[in-house]
Amino acid sequence: MNSEQLIACPVCDALHRDQKVPPHSVARCARCGTVLAAPKSGAMTRIAMLSLTALILLAAAASFPFLELKAQGLSHQASVLDAVLAFSKGPMAPLSLATGLLIVLLPAARYGALIYTLAPMALGWRPAPRAFAAYRWAERLKPWAMAEIFIIGVAVALVKVSGLAQVGLGPAFWAFAALLVVTILTDNAICRLTVWKTLKTRSAS
Amino acid sequence: MENPENPQRFLTAAAAGMAGCRACGTVNAGGSRACACCGSPLHPAGPASLQRVWAWLAAGLIAYVPANIYPMLRTTTFGRSSENTLIGGIAELLSHGSYAVALIVFLASIVIPVSKFLAIGYLAVSVSRPSALGSHGRLVLYEVVEFIGRWSMIDVFVVAILTALVQLDFAAAVSPGMAAVSFALSVAFTMLAAQSFDPRLIWTAPSEILNEHP
Repeated sequence: MNSEQLIACPVCDALHRDQKVPPHSVARCARCGTVLAAPKSGAMTRIAMLSLTALILLAAAASFPFLELKAQGLSHQASVLDAVLAFSKGPMAPLSLATGLLIVLLPAARYGALIYTLAPMALGWRPAPRAFAAYRWAERLKPWAMAEIFIIGVAVALVKVSGLAQVGLGPAFWAFAALLVVTILTDNAICRLTVWKTLKTRSAS
Repeated sequence: MENPENPQRFLTAAAAGMAGCRACGTVNAGGSRACACCGSPLHPAGPASLQRVWAWLAAGLIAYVPANIYPMLRTTTFGRSSENTLIGGIAELLSHGSYAVALIVFLASIVIPVSKFLAIGYLAVSVSRPSALGSHGRLVLYEVVEFIGRWSMIDVFVVAILTALVQLDFAAAVSPGMAAVSFALSVAFTMLAAQSFDPRLIWTAPSEILNEHP
């Protein structure tokens, strides 16, 4: 049998015959149950649009006022950049770099790569040059893009200070909160193997 | 999708002398070093990948020790300075009556890291030994560890936000402690340990691995 007609389960390596899966049905690995294909009509468009939304929200989160603390007649504003630079004094500076990467730069890179790969798919075009490498990076960055974890951290921090001072929430806070929802929607819409298969068929045609 | 072999014994790409890609599922010719479709590096599932798991896990454990000893936060109110360690922060939340938040922080900074160390260690040991948990159980464990590991980073972000926000000159000021760095490193190292674990080993019988490398 030609190896192009086969697919190996990415989790358990079991070989399966690659068949056409009708839209809105799910093909699972017969041994471990990993989803091998879950084609949905319009999925590429949805992921591309969600990624674009996420990028806009990230840009808003990074530029608008984030939080304001008021207590005993004093007030202090903090932007997302201030949170990133929290560790910049002294020997902890590399942690500032890591925080900036985890909460803004890597999520932005991931969504950028998703748009770059999937927007041509959504429009019915051939994959852009180096789309395969771009999508591989989007998948590799996924665990390190922690914007949605950051907003939960913000919630915990707010509860910690709420007893001592008043906290004002700026537009950037709500942008991050919306980003949490968009991130979950995007991750649920992506079926990795289906994206690879679409990329493969489109570049062959 | 059906399996080309008989349904009880699954034929794997490795057993068929080919190399399955862990990123895109493409079946490559045996001995290929990079996937012909997506370019991901192809590693045969073997005990070599376990060495990386143990190395990252040890690094994560070592970094977790100073994370608990050194202060996470230094708070200065009206000239008086106090330092909070991980456990100290949770105790303070409890004393304020914020039980829900104390629970979240306790889960993220103590329960999840410790159970992650145990789970990854168990997965790595169970590969070469018969284990109580079946393949499916261990796969669920692996997926839970992969999913939940990154959420431990919450603690580091809490420190970052508090430091950025609580800067009211003399009245109250927060600065980060060294534990933030070692905790972040510990989380990152454990994530790398989980990512280094090759789930295909879960499905390989211990005897097969031993035969391969006597």
